[in-house]
Amino acid sequence: MSSIDKQLIQRKMGKRTFQNKLLKAIFFMCIIFSILVLGALIIRVVSQGITHLDWNFLTSFASRFPEEAGFKAAVVGSLWLMVIVAPVSVFLGVGTAIYLEEYAKDNRFTRFIQMNISNLAGVPSVVFGLLGLTFFVRLMEMGRSIMAGGLTLSLLILPIIVVAAQEAIRSVPNDQYEASFAMGASKWQTIRRIVLPSAIPGILTGSILALSRAIGETAPLLMIGALTFIAYLPENVWDGFTVMPIQIFNWTGRPQEEFHFVAASGIMILLFLLIIMNSVAIYIRNKFSKRY
Amino acid sequence: MTQAQQTAVKHDAIYSVNQFNLWYGQDHALKDVTFDIPQNQVTAIIGPSGCGKSTFIKSLNRMVEMVPGIKMAGSINYKNKNIFDPKYQVEELRTDVGMVFQKPNPFPKSIYENIVYGPKIHGIKDKQTLDNIVEKSLKSAALWDEVKDRLHENAFGLSGGQQQRLCIARSLAIEPDVILMDEPTSALDPISTLKIEELVQSLKEDYSIVIVTHNMQQAARISDKTAFFLNGEVIEYDDTNQLFSNPSDQRTEDYITGRFG
Repeated sequence: MSSIDKQLIQRKMGKRTFQNKLLKAIFFMCIIFSILVLGALIIRVVSQGITHLDWNFLTSFASRFPEEAGFKAAVVGSLWLMVIVAPVSVFLGVGTAIYLEEYAKDNRFTRFIQMNISNLAGVPSVVFGLLGLTFFVRLMEMGRSIMAGGLTLSLLILPIIVVAAQEAIRSVPNDQYEASFAMGASKWQTIRRIVLPSAIPGILTGSILALSRAIGETAPLLMIGALTFIAYLPENVWDGFTVMPIQIFNWTGRPQEEFHFVAASGIMILLFLLIIMNSVAIYIRNKFSKRY
Repeated sequence: MTQAQQTAVKHDAIYSVNQFNLWYGQDHALKDVTFDIPQNQVTAIIGPSGCGKSTFIKSLNRMVEMVPGIKMAGSINYKNKNIFDPKYQVEELRTDVGMVFQKPNPFPKSIYENIVYGPKIHGIKDKQTLDNIVEKSLKSAALWDEVKDRLHENAFGLSGGQQQRLCIARSLAIEPDVILMDEPTSALDPISTLKIEELVQSLKEDYSIVIVTHNMQQAARISDKTAFFLNGEVIEYDDTNQLFSNPSDQRTEDYITGRFG
C-alpha cells in the first residue's frame, strides 16, 4: 500500500493555500505600514515647510524672527563637519578593516577586537558624545570646535565603516589572492591592486551610508556643546559651529508656531541631502559591483 | 660533449624533495615524500582524490602556507636552495615558479592588464617592454591570434578554455623557470583540454613543468616522468612509459588499470 494518502493531501490542500495567502497579506501590511508612516511624515513636513523654503532660507543666518530665520550656518556647519568626518572615519575604518582581514592572525586578541567593534556599533550615540566631551573637548582642549565634533562623529560611525569594509574585502574570492600571490606579489601589492579595486564599491557604499548617519546625528553634538545660535560662518576647524539637525531641534523647541514651519523647511533640506547621498551609494553599488 | 651527455645535463633536477612531511592539524597529508623533479621535462603527479597531490604541488611554491594550521618537516630544494630557508623570500621563489590553478582565475581586468600584472608588480613600467611581454606571452600560450584585436576587453568575456590559457600566459609573463599546474584542464571541455595539452608539450622546451592531473590518459600523453601518490605517500616514481607499461608496485598497477580511484 502507498504511504502517501492522496485523499488526505486533497483535504489539506485548501488549508495550505489559504495559509499561504494569509501570510502574504500580513507581510504586505507590514511594508504598507512603514510606507504610510513615512508618507505621512513627508506630506506633513513638505506642507509645512514649502511656504518658508526659498533662496533666502539658504542664505540667511538664524534669527529671532521666523520670517528672517535661515539655515546657512547650519548647512555650512554640517559641510565643515564632513570635511573632518569623511577622511578621518574612512581612513581609520578602512585601515582597521584591512588589518583585521588581511594581516591579523586569527587569535584571541583579534577575536576580542572584532567582537568589540560589533558591540561599538550598538553603543548609543549620546555615549559617544560623552566620550567626545571628556576626551576631545576637555582633555585635549579642543573646545567646542568643529574638530572636536568631527572626531566624535568619526568615532561614532567608525564601527559601521569597519564592518562594511570588512564585508567588502571578504567578498573578494580566494582564487584572486592565489593568482596574485602565485606571481610573487607581496601582500600589500595584492591588497592594493586586486583586493581594494574589487572592494571599493562596497567600501564606498558603506562609507556614504555611515556619513549620512553622521549628518543626521544630533545627540553627541549636543553633548559636546555645538552652539545652536550662531550668526557667523566658521573660518577654520577650531571655530564653534552648529549643524542642521541641531538647528532643526532648536526651532521645533520654540513656542512660536512659525518657527515650526521654519523647522519643516530645514527638515526638507536635510532629507533632500540624505536622499542624494543614499542614491549615490546605491548608484555606486550597482555600477561598480564586480561579478565573478 | 656528446648528445647523450648534453641531454643528461639538461635534465638535471630543478627540484629536489627530501623526506618532506606535511600535516593539516592532526592530519598527516604528506609522508616522507622524496624525489627529484627534472629540468625541462613534464612531471605528472597522479593519484586518487585526497592523496595529497594538490598539497604537494602547492608546497613547491609555498602556496600551501595560505592554509592556517599546517606543519612541515623535511626539505624541498629549488636549484639547491631550501625554499623554507627564512632568508629565501617567498616572493622571490614565486617569481621563478609560476602556477596555474584548477579553475581559471583571471583578474576582473582587461586581457592586457592580466598579462602585465606580474611584470608590473616586479617594477616594469616601460610601455614598449610591457607591450612586447603581452605579445610574447600570449603567443607562447597559443592565445595571441584569438585575442590580439581585443586586448583591452575584459578577460571574463573569454571562454573557459581561453581564460585558462590566459592564466598560463599570465604566469609566463614573469618568465619563470618552472610552471606548476594544478589540474589545469579539469574544468574544461575536451577541445580546450587538447589545446592546453599541446601547449604543455611546446612549453617544456623552455620551462620545467609539474602537472597534477586526475586523468591518467593525460599523464600518459603529455608527461616524461610520473609520480603516483596514494594516501600522502609516493608509491612509485618513474619514467612515464615505464610506470604505465610496467609498474613495479601492485598498487600503481591497480590504480592505472582502473581498479580504484
